Amino acid sequence: MNIAADGLCVEKVHVWRGDRHVLKGVSLEVRPGELMHVSGPNGAGKTTLLRVITGLLRPEQGSVAWRGKSIMTAPTDYQNELAYASHEPALKSDLTALENLRFMVGLRRRVTARELQASLERTGVAGCADLPARVLSAGQRRRVAMARILAVRAALWLLDEPYTNLDAAGCALLSALLVEHTEQGGLALVVAHHDLNVAATTRHLGLQG
Amino acid sequence: MSVGVWAAFVLVLRRELCLSFRRPDQLIQPLVFFLIVTTLFPLGLSVQLTLLREMAPGVLWVAALLASLLSLDALFKSDADDGTLEQLVLSGQGLYVIVLAKTLAHWLVSGAALVLVSPVVGTALAIPLTAFATMMLSLALGTLTLSWLGAIGAGLTVGLKRGNVLLSLIVLPLAMPLLIFGAGATDRAISGTSAAGALYLLGALCVLTCTLAPFAATSALRITLE
Repeated sequence: MNIAADGLCVEKVHVWRGDRHVLKGVSLEVRPGELMHVSGPNGAGKTTLLRVITGLLRPEQGSVAWRGKSIMTAPTDYQNELAYASHEPALKSDLTALENLRFMVGLRRRVTARELQASLERTGVAGCADLPARVLSAGQRRRVAMARILAVRAALWLLDEPYTNLDAAGCALLSALLVEHTEQGGLALVVAHHDLNVAATTRHLGLQG
Repeated sequence: MSVGVWAAFVLVLRRELCLSFRRPDQLIQPLVFFLIVTTLFPLGLSVQLTLLREMAPGVLWVAALLASLLSLDALFKSDADDGTLEQLVLSGQGLYVIVLAKTLAHWLVSGAALVLVSPVVGTALAIPLTAFATMMLSLALGTLTLSWLGAIGAGLTVGLKRGNVLLSLIVLPLAMPLLIFGAGATDRAISGTSAAGALYLLGALCVLTCTLAPFAATSALRITLE
């Protein structure tokens, strides 16, 4: 049986972008209750690695396995356990914060407005629920995106530079949410170019440019 | 507590319609374009009624195709630009369902709206009242087919900065049969002969694209998202 049968296992992933060899045999393993911090200089392939793990990008070589099975065998089952936050907060600027959550989280699971409101409250943007996303500040948009991750209730969080645009209180809140998530047996993979100040079982992977 | 395919389809459809109505300018632009282009012809041509009637089907159809093309570019692009397309792809719902709902929503706010204003254009182009039903039915089938063809093109060009010209170059040649049969049906209705043959062919094209184009558009999107 695979040693990471209950977690995420990335094995010797190679990705080329044109002539550039972006990921040169990257391997990693995250088990339930663990946080993986991926760091590295700009252009080291951090986001590419994250996109490979989501399944959006197929690696030329290597494999990604979730709970001991390749993510390609049952992609929708895998996606149902995954919450991905990309560089952009992924909000429609013409929809309110609450509508954004309703449409995105609603595709994942049946959810009530009260639950969505609760996750907005948890990330400190409950007052913005009925405002169109275009009037929100970058930090507030990031917090709404975090509320989406919370509301989806996925086991695996994949966060790409989640601390960007957040104020000190926002960073502390995000770290607290990560601790809470891992303590409940969740897995998180955080791409950040700086040190993480999170009191959770943390593994570290440094990518070289 | 997972979400079924039908619930997901309805949710995406509602999202798209909601987004369209928040941007009424984008909703109205293709309609105004359609109205203006078609009313320019009677002004530019001589006022002979017979000549106008002969030109009417072609003018009507070319204007309708171009007007539907105007909004096709944004079908996946706005979602790709703000990162929501990735979220839709990773939503755990089949991408097929999402493409189906998005394209249908696009047709409802572009093609179906064109069908509704087409009697105004028909009157301006001196199309007799008796031909209106055939004209509207053929336009409905034709614009729906075009939306499906456009979804493939939009999927292929979603990653490009100025993809709208390429999109037109991909879609317009594929739309030629629509123009031929659509204008043919309208022409026959104006002259009082049976348009059934052309309408059946339009219907067949519509069914063909409705069933196959979502697969093609889904594959195109997956490729361009990589």
